[in-house]
Amino acid sequence: MNQFNLYQESALQKWDSQIVHNEIPVIYLGTASCGIAAGALDVLEAIQQTLIELGQPAQIIQVGCIGPCYLEPIMDIAMPGSPRVSYTNVNPQKAKVILQACLKEGDISPRTAKGHFGDESFSASTGIPKFFDLPMLKPQVRVILKNCGFIDPEDGDHYLAHDGYQGFLKVLEAGPEYALEALKESGLRGRGGAGFPAYKKWELARNAQGEHKYVVCNADEGDPGAFMNRALIESDPHAVLEGLLIAGYTVSASEGIIYVRAEYPLAVKRLKKAIEQMRSYGLLGEDILASGFSFDIRIKEGAGAFVCGEETALIASLEGKRGMPRPRPPFPSDRGYNNSPTLINNTETFGTIPAIMRNGGKWYQQFGVPGNYGTKTFSLVGKVKHTGLIEVPLGTPLRQIVEEIGGGTELLFKAVQTGGPLGGCLGPTQLDTPITYEAMRDQGSIMGSGGLIVMDESTCIVDMARYFIGFALRESCGNCTPCRIGTRVLSDRLEKIIAGEGEPHDLEVMRAAADTMVKASLCGLGQAASNPVTSSLNYFLSEYEAHIHDRYCQSGVCKGLYQLTILAERCNGCGLCLKVCPANAIEGKLKETHTLDASLCTQCHACIEDCTKHAIVSIPLPAEQDQLLLSEALQ
Amino acid sequence: MVALSTQDLEEDLIDFTLFSREPHQLIPILQYCQSHLGYISRDMVRQIADYLDISEARVYGVASFYTQFRFEKPGDHQIRICLGTACHVQSGELLSQEIQKIIGIRPGEITPDNKFEFHEVACLGCCAQAPVVEVDGRIYGKMTRKKLQKVLANYESI
Repeated sequence: MNQFNLYQESALQKWDSQIVHNEIPVIYLGTASCGIAAGALDVLEAIQQTLIELGQPAQIIQVGCIGPCYLEPIMDIAMPGSPRVSYTNVNPQKAKVILQACLKEGDISPRTAKGHFGDESFSASTGIPKFFDLPMLKPQVRVILKNCGFIDPEDGDHYLAHDGYQGFLKVLEAGPEYALEALKESGLRGRGGAGFPAYKKWELARNAQGEHKYVVCNADEGDPGAFMNRALIESDPHAVLEGLLIAGYTVSASEGIIYVRAEYPLAVKRLKKAIEQMRSYGLLGEDILASGFSFDIRIKEGAGAFVCGEETALIASLEGKRGMPRPRPPFPSDRGYNNSPTLINNTETFGTIPAIMRNGGKWYQQFGVPGNYGTKTFSLVGKVKHTGLIEVPLGTPLRQIVEEIGGGTELLFKAVQTGGPLGGCLGPTQLDTPITYEAMRDQGSIMGSGGLIVMDESTCIVDMARYFIGFALRESCGNCTPCRIGTRVLSDRLEKIIAGEGEPHDLEVMRAAADTMVKASLCGLGQAASNPVTSSLNYFLSEYEAHIHDRYCQSGVCKGLYQLTILAERCNGCGLCLKVCPANAIEGKLKETHTLDASLCTQCHACIEDCTKHAIVSIPLPAEQDQLLLSEALQ
Repeated sequence: MVALSTQDLEEDLIDFTLFSREPHQLIPILQYCQSHLGYISRDMVRQIADYLDISEARVYGVASFYTQFRFEKPGDHQIRICLGTACHVQSGELLSQEIQKIIGIRPGEITPDNKFEFHEVACLGCCAQAPVVEVDGRIYGKMTRKKLQKVLANYESI
């Protein structure tokens, strides 16, 4: 173990001299996929160029995702002897100005800075708030995301300097029983969504008989609207790998496999790099750290099939087959990959393991509520003001997440979809539900892997249900009839309703189909695919009825079931809508209220996109024009 | 079964011997071929089947199950619009219509000059930056019609 201790020692020294007591400025830039999407690579180029122009030495560290994606690109500067200060929504020009001020004139531009990572006295002297005091971050707790945004995910030494692989060392020292005991005490439940106690899975796999055993990390994050696993792997890949290593040791597996979505090229790249680093630290291969334990990890890239998130389908895919689920038992812990005992956990579950092993199961109980201990990450997206990756203790009410962390919605809040496409739509009256596995289920939804999609009055619930069912229909593997036919029936009826041809008995047909799917489908996909329909029928029935009886889509989404108009009291006559309208349907003089001729309007929503006053709204069609407009819009 | 040497292949770059002949290698081999050729040709299906000693139907059955694999030559520039949940909520469909208007093809099609290929996908995992469009692997977040027109104009002129 001595050699590893030396690596750790030198990693700590490196961190201390380069980061904590830095002699030259350190510039941090978030370059996870979401940062890149916001333009971080252009900012990176600008930083590099500015440094050359200034002739100033500085260290650039590309970090992962710190959470508040709506502030991306985020650039931080830590001047020697001063804490790290964050500048947000940076573009190349802005980055250049900030760097010049900071590095050349020693002015950290308190007015542009969003937050810092120092102590109170720095806030007092500069007027900059602490970054973690921002409304979006204050209620959050960081256990899984501890290192995200702080370390360079491609530098293994950074992980080592942050208690890296200490959980594994502890388990090596205390034995597999310690690992199981700690896991049991922690109460950790599978973070893939179903919430099966993690220790039970581990115990089953440990007790299973087999020459070879496997541990598999499920990083096939197929939920549209969810990116927790991508962000974690891109920002702190070693945490997931350490969890996998600990699992391998505990259940006596010989190989670990990470099944990761091919749509996440950056995550794959960082995993590959991290695995090489593990090898160089002597944490993979034969007789790891002279413990007698031999283990290796390989990556398997998924090929694009949502159903492969289901464990038996995932195993089929690993074996080179079509990713179709099979009935259980036998469970994978008995007969999984290559018919050998296989432990499968979600990425986030593995990512949580090192902290539990380091600190013990009791420690983990301080987060969350009994039965639902610990923290959970969510991707908070949609019509909420503060979008991003968040981590909260289980038991946190949805309202706090939407209103406080998310900063609420611009328009009137309508619903939040939890649990991804197989989850449910929860409305305003359900916002006080605490996020626990049981409470989510009682509300007709599921915890799922952690997508939270917030919708406001501009989102049509019927259209959302159609969207989710359309997704399930495409992704249904077709193996079992209830799912294959059920998703088709639901989809057909929903298409009919949003086309304005719905009939009252469609709702009955949909309820019956949903019921059959829940009772008779083979796997979780079919059993849960109708959740978005059932939950929205329960809580938003009036919207379905308006579509069917009044041929009216209040949210202005379903083409032909509404017309647009300009609200005189909101319009300031700025003329933006008039300029952008491709159909010349808008008229009006500058600074006077504009009018919209619905008979010319193609409902392309270009005007809505540009209107800063939310003055363009949808209203019901006048009865006599109903048919005419409908047919025009549908052409 | 006849062992294939690399000379038999239509692309010299492709070397199956990087992979063992076990059935679980099927998907990695398909991925490898597609990354070199850009698609899975009829001939490739035959050669993979030979190499792994499985039927062509099995190879095609697996390849067609997964959305990643394609059986036609790709267009020069790949435009993908994300219609994941977050992008759907942020009116991704309207952007998709805008793209269709600009380049004149529908999702899943390639322009006659082979310049653009356009797909609707779910999801690119950049939900907080929704709506998102990806062109040739580069992701553009918080897209609007105007930004879209600008981005596509850059590629038009290439």
